[in-house]
Amino acid sequence: MLLLQVVIGGLLVGAIYALFSSGLTLIWGMMNFINFAHGEFVMLGMYVALLVVVWLGGGPAVFGFAAAFALFVLGVVIYMSLIREVLRGPMLSQILSTFGLALLLRYTAFWIFSANFVSLPQTSLSGTVDIGGVLMPVAQLVAGVVAIALTIGLHLLLTRTTVGSKLLAVAEDRQAAMLVGIRPDRMQALAWGLSAAAAGIAGALMATAYPWSPSVGETFGLTAFVVVALGGFGSVPGALIAGLLIGLIQSLSAFWLGAIYKDIVVYALFVALLWLRPQGLMGKA
Amino acid sequence: MKAALARNPILLLTAAALLFYPVVFTDAFYRDIGVTFLLAAISASAWNIVGGYAGQVSVGHAMFFGIGAYAPLLVYTVTGWPPMAGIPVGVILGCALALAIGKPSFRLTGHYFSMATIAVAELIRIFFGTWAFVGAAIGLQGPAVGRGWWDLTFRSEVPYYYIFLAVLVVLLALTWTLERRRFGYYLRATKAGERAARSLGVPVRSTKMQALVLSATFTSIAGSLYSIKTGFIDPESGFGILVSVQMVIIAALGGAGTLFGPFIGALVLIPLQTATNTWFGGGGTGLTYILYGGIIVLIARYEPGGVLDLWTRLTSRGGRDHAS
Repeated sequence: MLLLQVVIGGLLVGAIYALFSSGLTLIWGMMNFINFAHGEFVMLGMYVALLVVVWLGGGPAVFGFAAAFALFVLGVVIYMSLIREVLRGPMLSQILSTFGLALLLRYTAFWIFSANFVSLPQTSLSGTVDIGGVLMPVAQLVAGVVAIALTIGLHLLLTRTTVGSKLLAVAEDRQAAMLVGIRPDRMQALAWGLSAAAAGIAGALMATAYPWSPSVGETFGLTAFVVVALGGFGSVPGALIAGLLIGLIQSLSAFWLGAIYKDIVVYALFVALLWLRPQGLMGKA
Repeated sequence: MKAALARNPILLLTAAALLFYPVVFTDAFYRDIGVTFLLAAISASAWNIVGGYAGQVSVGHAMFFGIGAYAPLLVYTVTGWPPMAGIPVGVILGCALALAIGKPSFRLTGHYFSMATIAVAELIRIFFGTWAFVGAAIGLQGPAVGRGWWDLTFRSEVPYYYIFLAVLVVLLALTWTLERRRFGYYLRATKAGERAARSLGVPVRSTKMQALVLSATFTSIAGSLYSIKTGFIDPESGFGILVSVQMVIIAALGGAGTLFGPFIGALVLIPLQTATNTWFGGGGTGLTYILYGGIIVLIARYEPGGVLDLWTRLTSRGGRDHAS
């Protein structure tokens, strides 16, 4: 029974990994660009949730939307002011830009919120629920299910709607997309907004169930790399499966080996993947 | 190199300033800044070989620095030999690590290499933090009291200053030589465009690999020098992300892919860092990193060529622009 609880817990965290990693993979797939600040976006989503709860007293629906909206705006602003320019520059600039941004966001958060761990005050999602003899916190369950739904929603948005087709058209061929009247710049700004919003809402969901500190951004950022590397660059379904898998592996390694090993196992998996299948499980060679 | 020195008065003046710095500044505070500056210049110049010249941006070079830093103190702890004996051990392990990372990740685009370096550096940092053999989270210590000159435990900063200066000169001379050989052209061609370089017959993958191994060698030596001088190493000071950040920011600030870029970057950043630490006091480290992040973003956005490039552009435009 305890093992079952560990498995379910791992899958629920994995669902949130899947959600924020799908944001990272979207940017990677569209413009061949790795956002080193993506984990910090998740961290900011967590603090947005906290501020909304403390200042406005909103429930999970309110702070979820607030985090998504705030991060969407941030993503668009970062694209317009920074990324758009560095995309034309040398690779050094491309990598440095978001790497510097990650440091800036992480340590500004340290400065404002201090390094202490915080958690959300009691919300309507507090308490536990009994599923077939397994006791699960409601918050974890809701967060995990919502995260899966949103990841699938993002996939449907990309594959079933006009906006999604435009986004994929720009990813496929910028020049050709321009010829048929799509503005690549707007689409890329939208992609940055969506990517950051996915991270932000994942952060808000995570905040309902787990305590955090400003340094979680670094861990989540690296986790997202591993998920994307496993699922294949640019693949949202890949991110979903890989996210669930990473959550499960982490949970099981914490259970069997001890909590400190959960990140070691995941990063070691990344190194193994780097050697054996660098294009990811579902990526093309 | 001798001819170049004679032709360039700035270089000659810099060389003289470096040689006589500890003689002029006898205060321990200033000598310590000098030593810190040299170490930063060595690490950043080592990073520059692969990150600047070859254009393969590593954001996890702390792994080589940390390996190099742990090796001397580990050799001392296990065998009791002078820490110096660990320097080649660190270099060998660092090169092996470079091969292990370069081989798979150089097949893919540059971003992948960056991602791989940061993940591997973090993996090693966390791993060392739990591994009792290397002292886990507490780390390792060198000889408390030197048993002879070979332990390199000097009370004064001056011997360290000249040892570090010698290593920096060797590294820069080596880079200068390589720049002018076929390898240097291969590096520039690789950086400018891998596909074009390959079609012209440049062995792109082995060029990147050689650059990484050479870079890892000197970064590891820099780590060894650090731990031998400090007599102490822990996971954070060896493998912490900020160790990597400092190399990247110093090289990019001065001018990545140029011989003296990292040197100039260190000349700007180390005094700045010392000043901010003094202004903000002990609690100021967080603000220092905010500053680092800001500088990195600004360089990436406005001056990817760094200070050197800016200076070249300003001077080549002539005096008219200065007047306005």
